[in-house]
Amino acid sequence: MRLNINGQDLTVNDVDEATPLLWVLRDHLNLVGTKYGCGVAQCGACTVHLNGSPVRSCSVPASAVVGQKITTIEGLAGANGKLHPLQAAWIEHDVPQCGYCQAGQLMSAAALLKEKPNPTDADIDAAMSGNLCRCGTYQRIRKAIHAAAQSNHE
Amino acid sequence: MSAAEHSIFSSDDYVREIMRAAEAQTPRALAGVSRRTFLKLTGLAGGGLVLAFYMGDQTTALAATADADQPFIPNAFLRIYPDGRIVILSKSPEIGQGIKTAFPMIIAEELDADWSHVAVEQAPVNPAVYGRQSAGGSRSIPTAWDQLRRAGAAGRAMLVAAAAKEWNVAESECTTANSVVTHTGSGKHLTYGELATKAAALPVPDEKLLKLKDRKDFKLLGSRVSGVDNLSIVTGRPLFGIDQVVPNMQYAVFEKCPAVGGKVKSANLEEIKALPGVKNVFVVEGTGKPTEVMPGVAIVATSTWAAISARRKLRVEWDETSASKDSWSGAVAAAAKLAKQSGAETLKTVGDFDQGIANAKTVEGFYTYPFVPHAPLEPQNTTAWHRGSELEIWSPTQTADGALKLVAAVMGLAQEKVTIHQTRAGGGFGRRLMNDYMCEAAQISKQAGVPIKLQWTREDDMQHDFYRVGGFHSFKGGVDKAGKLIAWQDHFITFSADGQKPVSGGDIAADEFPALLVPNFRLTQTKLPLQIPCGPWRAPRSNAIAFAVQSFLHELSSAAKRDHLDFLLEIMGEPRWLTPNNEFALNTGRAAGVLKLAAEKAGWGRTLPKGHALGLAFHFSHAGHFAEVAEVSVDANKKITLHKVTVAGDIGPVVNMSGAENQCQGAVVDGFSTAMGLELAIENGRIEQTNFDRYPILRIKHAPQVEVHFIQSDYVPTGVGEPALPPVAPAICNAIFTATGHRVRTLPLKREGFTI
Repeated sequence: MRLNINGQDLTVNDVDEATPLLWVLRDHLNLVGTKYGCGVAQCGACTVHLNGSPVRSCSVPASAVVGQKITTIEGLAGANGKLHPLQAAWIEHDVPQCGYCQAGQLMSAAALLKEKPNPTDADIDAAMSGNLCRCGTYQRIRKAIHAAAQSNHE
Repeated sequence: MSAAEHSIFSSDDYVREIMRAAEAQTPRALAGVSRRTFLKLTGLAGGGLVLAFYMGDQTTALAATADADQPFIPNAFLRIYPDGRIVILSKSPEIGQGIKTAFPMIIAEELDADWSHVAVEQAPVNPAVYGRQSAGGSRSIPTAWDQLRRAGAAGRAMLVAAAAKEWNVAESECTTANSVVTHTGSGKHLTYGELATKAAALPVPDEKLLKLKDRKDFKLLGSRVSGVDNLSIVTGRPLFGIDQVVPNMQYAVFEKCPAVGGKVKSANLEEIKALPGVKNVFVVEGTGKPTEVMPGVAIVATSTWAAISARRKLRVEWDETSASKDSWSGAVAAAAKLAKQSGAETLKTVGDFDQGIANAKTVEGFYTYPFVPHAPLEPQNTTAWHRGSELEIWSPTQTADGALKLVAAVMGLAQEKVTIHQTRAGGGFGRRLMNDYMCEAAQISKQAGVPIKLQWTREDDMQHDFYRVGGFHSFKGGVDKAGKLIAWQDHFITFSADGQKPVSGGDIAADEFPALLVPNFRLTQTKLPLQIPCGPWRAPRSNAIAFAVQSFLHELSSAAKRDHLDFLLEIMGEPRWLTPNNEFALNTGRAAGVLKLAAEKAGWGRTLPKGHALGLAFHFSHAGHFAEVAEVSVDANKKITLHKVTVAGDIGPVVNMSGAENQCQGAVVDGFSTAMGLELAIENGRIEQTNFDRYPILRIKHAPQVEVHFIQSDYVPTGVGEPALPPVAPAICNAIFTATGHRVRTLPLKREGFTI
């Protein structure tokens, strides 16, 4: 199976057709930034981009996304290593506590900003509703998204 | 009693022991520790020298590093390189509480290091050298405060001595700042990197002569420092237990009986073994203790998904002779019958309750709160490599020190044959004080004969936890004609595994607030039987007691038509320590301080938008004084909006302001989330909830705005992972009463018809 991940065509061998993209990323490609939290698309820790839109990789068979563009947290920063404005804002506002959900939060937020460069609180509520943070960093996530949106205009 | 039952019952002693150990480690108990801090000089590969500061027992540490050929000493707390890099090791587990940033900040402050020169590494697990290496009870900061300050101050003293010698001036003429020593008179200066080699050649200073900074001179402490792992977190680098990879490892899952205590009778092992990717499948007999290894079936495969897929076809027949038959609905019915009477055991009496209540205005209330799981977002996992006579483990744990002892004992290995690498943990909340998943991984690796990564599913995590125990309080209280609290009676109904002691987290201190502040007081207790294992959950005991006690206090002040702030301040009375000579006890002055601050910042008494109400609650736990005001509105359909929570805390001086505020903001979300909609249904020993679809953790849309204020003082700083949580639920419930006249006496709120 050939997958296009973070701009690279990668070959994956010995993978059952039904294997969720999450486990192909983690176990076969050693891209472990995408996290397992629930396996049933409830927590959002496994969020990646499929052709630019956020999807829960625990519930998408890898075989279904062959030939499509997948972006993971490892591919969110620019090719030159420059952090995405959201990543910079996450550090600036010290968003994480345990940090386990944050890759998924960032991927959802990045898709939101691409769609809506100036999101309202209601836009954030809608776009981020699929991502749980067990530590409760929601207030800082909201603040960091607004800050990143602002920095995009500067 | 069967052996299995006995094992399960005694396992709760283990949980209790963990709590006792955590709580015994107050700074007072550790007063002698600073004397055990010492310095050792050591060589560094590449010709430079480093200063290595050791904590713990000198003899052991020296023995551990006696191999002169070792160019690099992993037991060091602090290394300063000739090129100016400063490496500080953080000894305790990082579970989201921010200790990996806070501990190094304490050393860097006394060292006068430039924080931008500091790189932080996770220390190896070696309690003989590092002392306590666990995260629990909000005890990390107070127990390590003095040790870490002295480590930093000793380093600074040696660098100053080296500079003074170099310039042939008095040490008293030298100052330090931003990793530089400066001679005041001449303006000459040398960097710490330039001085490191020379400093290492000097004698170690007498620790007693070290001068620690006054709080007013802190530069780094109290400032806002972003977490040291944040860059790795936002770029998805491997950090967590689940991210560990060992060459040639296989992937394991483990199926246990859904009712704790069940054993494997039979299973379709041959069928599973033939499935794609499956390398091995076998029965694990286990030790019979939930804290170690319970019986089950392990599947080892070429990938996590191959193992999970195979498990879906696994059919196990369980022998449930000794398994739990626990029922929450049964316990609720039993407690309701007990509510009207006093408990069989009397835990505390003050004055004469019956006489006190006789002439008082009387209020009664029966409070109920459910079992809840910890549900950290990273499901339990451990990578283990059992190589016959040696065992190496990579695991997200809260008790790295205790795990070493436990795993060695369970696997029958000497402790020095076991190596544990502590990884960052995707949440703890008390769950990872237990290391059952670590023991399981070790056993599975041993039986499989290969390195394995054991991965629990979310369903495993929800169904095999050490739960926050549910419970009940039946209150009767009275106020006199002036509206002053004069009588308080609580019949606490809890659970016990052995019929003797309450389960872990299900006990109440005889002196629990307001015991020492009411003239006529009686606390009694009844214990219902329970087999399901329980354990500490963020702010154990307090997370439930505060809901009941602080809500009932509001019932009393409301009955007396008193302002609740005035009522609580009157109970606190004159500023004093409630337990003399213990500055980690409740201080009524500090309590009054946070109550007044929370009220002031929240605008207590102001005119509110229509339909809005404020609720106030206080709780003292883990040596932290916290008062919180919740602003709530409730519509005609009982839909709740939590607009804002104002938190006021006194934990002494704040180490990392950003981290401390984050903990409080998170505690409010956790407290609201749990109070609003979280509970477990337990029937026939089984937990009915399996995943987040039926365990609705709060989402961003419903997260309130949280404003945090601290009263900073010169007391020893105390932890903030837990004490901001207990006041959340009663503050919200008290606001709901003020808004609607409906008194919430059962959690979660959805039980009483509320929604968000």
